[in-house]
Order: sequence, then structure tokens, then C-alpha cells
Amino acid sequence: MANKVFPSASAALDGLTFDGMTVMSGGFGLCGIPENLIIALRDTGVNGITVISNNAGVDGWGLGLLLETKQISKMISSYVGENKEFARQYLAGELELEFNPQGTLAERCRAGGAGIAGFYTKTGVGTLVAEGKEVKEFNGEKYVLETGLVADLSIVKAWKGDKEGNLIFRKTARNFNPMMATAGKKCVAEVEILVETGELDPDAIHTPGIYIDRIVKGAFEKRIEQRTVRHRETA
Amino acid sequence: MPWTRDQLAQRAAKELRDGYYVNLGIGIPTLVANYIPEGMEVTLQSENGMLGMGPFPYEDEIDADLINAGKQTITALKKSSYFSSSDSFAMIRGGHIDLSILGAMEVNERGDLANWMVPGKMVKGMGGAMDLVAGVKRVVVVMEHTSKDGASKLLKQCTLPLTGVNVVDLVITDLGVFEIDKHGQQPMKLIQLADDISVDEITAKTEATFINALK
Repeated sequence: MANKVFPSASAALDGLTFDGMTVMSGGFGLCGIPENLIIALRDTGVNGITVISNNAGVDGWGLGLLLETKQISKMISSYVGENKEFARQYLAGELELEFNPQGTLAERCRAGGAGIAGFYTKTGVGTLVAEGKEVKEFNGEKYVLETGLVADLSIVKAWKGDKEGNLIFRKTARNFNPMMATAGKKCVAEVEILVETGELDPDAIHTPGIYIDRIVKGAFEKRIEQRTVRHRETA
Repeated sequence: MPWTRDQLAQRAAKELRDGYYVNLGIGIPTLVANYIPEGMEVTLQSENGMLGMGPFPYEDEIDADLINAGKQTITALKKSSYFSSSDSFAMIRGGHIDLSILGAMEVNERGDLANWMVPGKMVKGMGGAMDLVAGVKRVVVVMEHTSKDGASKLLKQCTLPLTGVNVVDLVITDLGVFEIDKHGQQPMKLIQLADDISVDEITAKTEATFINALK
């Protein structure tokens, strides 16, 4: 019987990592990041990783952990403002960085997973982002050619999953996870709640299990970057 | 008196219309949510994957899975929906969002916008700004009229790397409001002055060329 369920994040990465690999890591800021698999990836000691992720974590958490250990050689991201170690390594020339507009990054992952080699988008026409890329006119408007992205490994985080690898995300923790799950040659998912196959409503599944090779139940800190609140009127 | 941050947000809120789907940028644009007119229904989109953004949570409602694009904790409304980043930007790029209000470092008289990068400084990235200005139906910029050293931010030609070309429809600064025809048929027009700001003063502080279209 095929088995996708692994006992720990480290076990779930066993045999899937190698130096110089490309890894997609889901999440927006620290929301919906595969926090257990990031730690497990750090502990493999793999080096020279190209990481495709919207953000780069913060100092001491998320992808920031892999920056501390200098395991990342290149990032493909849309925004990296929250990380001092990132800035230091980048300015020192230790880290390569490719900025993609956020929507282009999301679509590149979607396209990669869907077998689409390239697509034309209005985003970035006439800017640095379009330099060196084909620009083509459709209906009198200019579009730039962007390519699909695939990774050797995708690590994603979902709320609920079953043993078949079917996933359900929760609120804004969905973000990049569904597309990245499709665009990894291998995809490992970590979930808060792992249930028996058949317990999830098939109509409610966001990511079908075909995209998920391995699944692991994690324990989560779910750190918050900007804790903003309002106060109740006191009587 | 130049407009304050809240007055800028109040002025920008006049661009809202009933039934609009709106994306608000970080900073002053976020404050626009505080000035949605009574009785008007506006749905706020957050590009990390949500429509129908609610107010900040009470302390006991905080949910790490529910944040806005500025990574702030927020709440949902009855009408809210969640979706992936690619769905979110399909919405944005596909022209389904009515209005985007965002900040800028420079805008030129033909609607070019620069707001993500200063060469020589650590660049944080463009995030979703390039997608928003390329795809949203109407783009409103809210910014200080001049930089800290007094230089005009409304220019004939942007000097910083661009976020988009011919994308801005309206510029609201602390000194006044300018309308831009991004198709280039009309020159930039001054349509409103902040309280007690004269045409002479705003002209002296503006490098871009514009015509006076004050009502």
C-alpha cells in the first residue's frame, strides 16, 4: 500500500534534498509558512539552495533560519523587507536575489505546475522587471513574457489534510501554498490536523492529493508579525 | 495649510463609489478605510488572498491565519471570501478591482509611477504594486508633494526605477489634487488646492507641467 504519511518533518524530507536544489516554500510573511519543514530542511544541512518564496521570513524564524546558516544562495521573492540578516548578506554579495512582482510570482508557480512554459502579462511592462524579456502587443496593449517556475521540492502548509494528501487551507494562510504544491517535482505538506481518508468533504478540498507526495502532522507556533488590535469601548 | 495624513485619507475617500471593490496600499492609503462614507458599501481586497477585509481584531479575536497584505492582524466580515495568491492577482490583473489607492516616491505628468526602489539603497521589493497599477481600473496616488529636501515629487520625468508606465489617474498630495489622462490625450490638470494653498505656491513646488483646471 502506498503511504504518504510520515512520522516527522525530518523523516518526510529524507532522500528529497541535495546541494544546489530549488525549493518552493509557501506562505505570506509568516502566515501559512511550513514552519516544521523549514526547520527540518535546515537540519539536513543542505547548501546552495535557491528558494522561491514570496518573502524571506524574519530574523530567527521561517526562512530566516536558513539565512542564518547561509544555506540559501538565491532567493526569488516579491518582498523581503522584514529581515536584517537578509539585507546584510545581500549587500555583502553573499546572496543572489531576483525580485518578481507578487502576481507574476504567483502565476509563474501556477503555470509551472500546470505545464505552461510561459505567459504574457501586463505587469512590469516598461520597468526593470521586463528588461531582457520579450514584449508583445495584444489588442494594442503591451505584455511581457514571463516563464513558468518548477522546483525540485515544494514545502507547503495546510490546515487540514487526509492520508491521501488532500488539503484544506484556512483563511489567509492559503496564499502561495496551493500553486507551490503543484509546481514541485516532489511536494511535502505539513498540516495542523491529519484525518483519515474520507473524513474531508471532497467538495471542500482546495488541493487534491495528487500533488502531495508526503504529508506530516506538525506542531505550530504560528508567529504573528504585526499584532494590531482595536479596543472595546469601556462602559 | 497642507493637508495632514488624515485629511489626505479623507480626500482620497471621495474617490470611493458605492459597490466598489478596492485595494488599499500600506501607510496613508490604509487610513482611507476610516473615511468610507456612511451608507456606502465598499469591499476591501487584500492581495494576500481576501475580499471583504474587516477592522482590526479585539485582543481575544486575534487569529494568526488572518492577516492583511501589511501582515497586520485583521478580521473577516459576513461577506468575506478567501482565495490563493494566483486567484488574488487574477482578480487584480484581470481588471476586476475598481480602485487602487497607493503611495509613491515619484509620479510624472503622464502617469508613470515610481514607488519601489531607490538605487544604492537596500531594496525591499515591489510586492504587489506592479500588478496593482497594471491591472486595476483606476489608480489613485496619495503622497507628500515634495521630498524631505523640498524637491518636487511630481515630475516631467521620473528619475527612480518605475513601477508602471502611464498608470496613474489621480494624484492627491498635501498641497492639492491633479488629474492625469494616462492615455496622453490631455495635459495634467490641477483640479483642487488644499486649504490656503495658492496656485503660485503649488506651481513653485511642482516640476511637472500642468494646466489650471480649478473649478
